[in-house]
Amino acid sequence: MTTTDLGMPTVASDPHGHLRGTETFPVAAHRALADTQLRQNLGHATRTIRAKRAAVVGEVDDWEELRRAGECLKADVMARLPELLEQLEASVTARGGVVHWARDAQEANRIVVDLVRQTGADEVVKVKSMATQETGLNEALGEAGIAALETDLAELIVQLSDDRPSHFLVPAIHRNRSEIRDIFLREMPDVDPDLTDEPRKLAMAARAHLRRKFLSATVGISGVNFAVADSGTISVVESEGNGRMCLTLPDTLITVMGVEKIVPTWSDLEVFLQLLPRSSTGERMNPYTSTWSGVTPGDGPQTFHLVLLDNGRSNVLASPDGRQALHCIRCSACLNVCPVYERAGGHAYGSIYPGPIGAVLSPQLTGISGPDDVNASLPYASSLCGACFDACPVRIDIPHLLVQQRAAAIDAHTRPTAQDVAMRAAAAAMATPGRFSLAERVVKLGRLLGRSGRIRSVPGPGAAAWFGARDMPPPPAETFREWWARTRGGS
Amino acid sequence: MVGAHPGRLVSAREEVLARLRAARDAGGATSPDVPREYRRTGSHPPGSAAAVARLDETLTDYRATVHRVADEDGVSAVIARVLEDAGATTFVAPPGLPARWLAEVTARVRPDAPPLPVAELDRVDAVVTGAAVAIADTGTFVLDARAPDQGRRAITLVPDHHVCVLRADAVVSSVPEALARLDPDGPLTFVSGPSATSDIELDRVEGVHGPRRLDVVLVGPR
Amino acid sequence: MRIALVATCLGDAMFPQAPRATVELLERLGHEVVFPAEQTCCGQAHVNTGYLDMALPLVRHHVDVFTGAADVVVAPSGSCVGCVRHQHAMVARRGGDEGLARAAEDLAGRTYELSELLVDVLGVTDVGAYYPHRVTYHPTCHSLRMLRVGDKPLRLLRAVRGLTLTELPDAEVCCGFGGTFAVKNAETSTAMLADKMANVLSTHAEVCTAGDTSCLMHIGGGLSRLRSGVRTVHLAEILASTEDAPRVPDAIMSEAR
Ligand code: SF4
Repeated sequence: MTTTDLGMPTVASDPHGHLRGTETFPVAAHRALADTQLRQNLGHATRTIRAKRAAVVGEVDDWEELRRAGECLKADVMARLPELLEQLEASVTARGGVVHWARDAQEANRIVVDLVRQTGADEVVKVKSMATQETGLNEALGEAGIAALETDLAELIVQLSDDRPSHFLVPAIHRNRSEIRDIFLREMPDVDPDLTDEPRKLAMAARAHLRRKFLSATVGISGVNFAVADSGTISVVESEGNGRMCLTLPDTLITVMGVEKIVPTWSDLEVFLQLLPRSSTGERMNPYTSTWSGVTPGDGPQTFHLVLLDNGRSNVLASPDGRQALHCIRCSACLNVCPVYERAGGHAYGSIYPGPIGAVLSPQLTGISGPDDVNASLPYASSLCGACFDACPVRIDIPHLLVQQRAAAIDAHTRPTAQDVAMRAAAAAMATPGRFSLAERVVKLGRLLGRSGRIRSVPGPGAAAWFGARDMPPPPAETFREWWARTRGGS
Repeated sequence: MVGAHPGRLVSAREEVLARLRAARDAGGATSPDVPREYRRTGSHPPGSAAAVARLDETLTDYRATVHRVADEDGVSAVIARVLEDAGATTFVAPPGLPARWLAEVTARVRPDAPPLPVAELDRVDAVVTGAAVAIADTGTFVLDARAPDQGRRAITLVPDHHVCVLRADAVVSSVPEALARLDPDGPLTFVSGPSATSDIELDRVEGVHGPRRLDVVLVGPR
Repeated sequence: MRIALVATCLGDAMFPQAPRATVELLERLGHEVVFPAEQTCCGQAHVNTGYLDMALPLVRHHVDVFTGAADVVVAPSGSCVGCVRHQHAMVARRGGDEGLARAAEDLAGRTYELSELLVDVLGVTDVGAYYPHRVTYHPTCHSLRMLRVGDKPLRLLRAVRGLTLTELPDAEVCCGFGGTFAVKNAETSTAMLADKMANVLSTHAEVCTAGDTSCLMHIGGGLSRLRSGVRTVHLAEILASTEDAPRVPDAIMSEAR
């Protein structure tokens, strides 16, 4: 390890890559909530995708059975993960691929940079991949003098505007069509100056911009949606054809996958290829899914490298419940239905993994280092409304994992916080009926505050947050137990 | 990868596997039974008129243009017309494309044998192929790069117009039925409509990097 | 039937209308209600804030108090029943107390949210209520997605004489309460509350009802701050209202307490 951990790591120095932001969720959300353009864009996009998803999921009469199968398939994978990975390694190697292992983001980046260097290329084309966003591969390539060209439309928008992704599927979900047009006009050298904000025209502009790059690229870099252990088959699910370009035309293909992206057999894909597209883009099937196994003489890249990435996943696997977070197939349905995500947006989560799943995955991948770790704020970025569980195609019990990670955040308190003290006092009162009645009598003193009929503010921590937008009635003249004693004789 | 982390003695492979084994054992090593109660056969029998009719709908829904012909004798006339309508004067054909499909075609065929360079592929107007299997529920057909009538992946990717001939006997209803017919070894491409994106405000618009025009010739009685 | 009442800590100390109405309703339907006086709190706030260790004595206390109190237990709160049913055993197991976990599971199997008790256990949807007001119903998250009460509350409301039920747009979206969420992420919570209130106002209802006092406290707190004139009333109060003893919409936020 060449870096030292200085408490609050910066993204660049963190061996985990982009799994931690620099501020807590409420601080980042404060800015996002006030950004009216962002709010409109996110509201519009998530409403659109929710309706599309609901329609295509409604078409499938065995949806719940598919979800259960997906859930158990993933649980089976976790129970056999080391063996399945060795099997995958053997299958890929037997078919002419080369397998590499990386303990963390830095190591994965180093492997990829070395592989690219060996080809002599100074430019690579990339298919959108969460794994390489996680490791910060583009920055690492950049430092090595290699230009990494993102080819997915939304990823291209993010890259051109020097922005950060805010969604799994559509990293530029926070941008609307006219902002995208402005970015293209500003950043694309050969773009038609009369470009309109018609989505089709924008898509055509991206096509024109990338076409020559695709046709001349020598190295492609991709992630993985599913890797089949017994056949060594890798699959990439996409829409635009940029994935096919990167997977097919270059001489060398380097694929980076988190170790959890594995399924045991080819026929298991029959479950996931039904669950993923309908949950993700709200389509019956996405336009293109590519699968390949090792190297095929006469077709596609003749050199294939597969990099298997741990980067904290073994931490997650060690938790009997928490490992469910590794079941995620990155469909983004939980983001799209989350009322918190819809309002605060993806950047507020700091980590490259936003939304409900990010709130339980990021702190598990990095571990929570202490009370000041910004990732400790993520599990609280939820009202526990449960919409994420209902939408999740592999039935990850995200609300339960959120509670678990809140417990983990509290376990990381090295000194008692004000909240700890208050909760301890409340628990002590509530475990003892006598003390509870006493506490109720104290509460009743609050009637003094509410002589106007409603309480508009009270002193104390947390109160300001509530009373910023909400009243509270004064406590009642008679508690329930007093009423019961008076009317029912205290039985 | 020994030495990737200076000072570490074990390889990354050994270390990652050891960590994962320990973690797996700590978190639980019991595999659940996987319930397979979902439908593994589709609502319509493979090759049935109903399956083909549903495929027609789902393909059309995602902006492929579907042409129905009763039998293979009708294929070449449709291909000829489709290419002509698109103004295509050249097209690529995989080495094993049935000659009868091209009998009436006037556009110039560029056989992909020996393989055409990418720059050549970029200059031809269209590509004509068969397909390994099609899925009616989803409007998908699957290209197997090792099948002689489908060809290597680049030929169906670079040209801007794809004409795909689907025989009724290749049509199944569901995803599970399709996967059972496919060989995971070879490069496969699942195609559902022309290239599209949902990246702008999550609405689907057609036409990005893959073929922007997709014609499907469905062969079989109605 | 002999039914033990969980008044809930919030219902006992701050919003006694809901447990009172629950008692009156069940007695009117001919059942015996008992109120184990040693009860305090189910521990939900502790559990959902992550204080699972501190919640353990609360779970133990709740199980001790209610095991043996009656055949069935009712709480006029979806979230408290959700905690009992889906979290108590988890807290006990985490604390290494398997015996308590089993006892908690047994008790959870006999603990019902009010609409579940009425429709599933007591088999009534028309409780003979009368409530001549325009009402909209917010299905709270825990009732909807943790307990899956489905349309039971709506079936009960549809049978209330005089009541005009108006559909709440985007009803299934969270109001933004979430316990400590409303304090820890107050701004995001407020943004959610704003949308919920806009939807409530769009129905032109006089009354917004729900099966959870806590969510009503949140929505009602916002509506009160806006001086919207819309009242928040617990489902139990509507069902307890009859022609002989009509209840005015004695709102959670009203000063007539
Ligand atoms: S957690 Fe579930 S819903 Fe969310 S992205 Fe992952 S698979 Fe999709």
